[in-house]
Amino acid sequence: MLASFSLILLCQLTGDVLARILGLPLPGPVIGLLFLLIILLARDHFGVIARGPLRDGGIEGASKKLVAHLSLLFVPAGVGVVQRLDLIAAHGLAIFSVLAISVVVTLFATVLTFWLVSQPSRLWDWS
Amino acid sequence: MKDNAFSLWVYLSRSPLLWLTFTLLVYAITDAVSLATHRHPLANPVLHAMWIIGAFLLATDTPYATYFAGAQFVHFLLGPATVALAVPLYENRTHALAAILPMLIALAAGSVSAVVSIVLLAEATKLPRGVILSLAPKSVSVGVAMGISASLHGDPSLTAIAAILTGVMGAIIVTPLMNSTGITDYRARGFAVGIAAHGIGTARALQVDEIAGAFSAIAMSLNALATSFLVPFAVTVLIRR
Repeated sequence: MLASFSLILLCQLTGDVLARILGLPLPGPVIGLLFLLIILLARDHFGVIARGPLRDGGIEGASKKLVAHLSLLFVPAGVGVVQRLDLIAAHGLAIFSVLAISVVVTLFATVLTFWLVSQPSRLWDWS
Repeated sequence: MKDNAFSLWVYLSRSPLLWLTFTLLVYAITDAVSLATHRHPLANPVLHAMWIIGAFLLATDTPYATYFAGAQFVHFLLGPATVALAVPLYENRTHALAAILPMLIALAAGSVSAVVSIVLLAEATKLPRGVILSLAPKSVSVGVAMGISASLHGDPSLTAIAAILTGVMGAIIVTPLMNSTGITDYRARGFAVGIAAHGIGTARALQVDEIAGAFSAIAMSLNALATSFLVPFAVTVLIRR
């Protein structure tokens, strides 16, 4: 568990360092995700690295525990709304409405595109 | 006695322990309620934890900075949890590879519609320029969105609120909306909520279906990349003030 968590932090740290040195527009944790994915894929091909956290589902178990409560992690930043009540009073309704419409538009555009492209014959049926 | 109780409150309300405990406790309750309602979209645990904690802070006149000194330990885990999303992605790699083309085209459609729709709508409702810049990156995870906003001289704290509101609204609306389209492909549904509502949408997708969760995780990571490039370009082209 401890080794697995260290590996996760190490991936994030490497991602942060790379993003900073190379001036990448990507956040450290997203680069860290790519690193962990590469490590897991490499393990399938090179058995020698299947040690420590990479053995017996160690990293898998630790990661699933972290991801299981993903929603909780957004709460502290979300409570930050108390700092901006002035802005909410002035523009709250407009902000809320545009965010709501935009999220619906995005959901529709993405799901329909995915659905149509994954089976192009639907293009003809759908029209 | 009353003086004692007051000095105890003064001591506790400044300690990180109280606010960390309070955050976990409120979330444990809102999550239990969500579970008891069979994960009803409106019983979204983030939404209810946010307003309960927010109202308590206002009622006790506690500054957000004091609260955050305790809650930051939870906030910190956002980074490691993002890295950990590599595991569901890895475990569903064959499904993901088989759908690489629809994913990339849907990514283009989704990230463009997220950014363009918010900028055009905000322009139409005559929101101030600073607010529009802060709303533009709202479809990506909080940390990333705040980074994009800061680089455009927006207001990162407003961006964080917009991103979380977007995530919560996406997580609430996704199931009824997708049911109304009749699309039962959980790869497409998961991918859409990951693009539109980042980690909060992904948390919802993981509750509904394992495949949807994996596709949502892929979508939110790809969208972090796409939106970082897209927003600076879109605001220069679309904002006419």
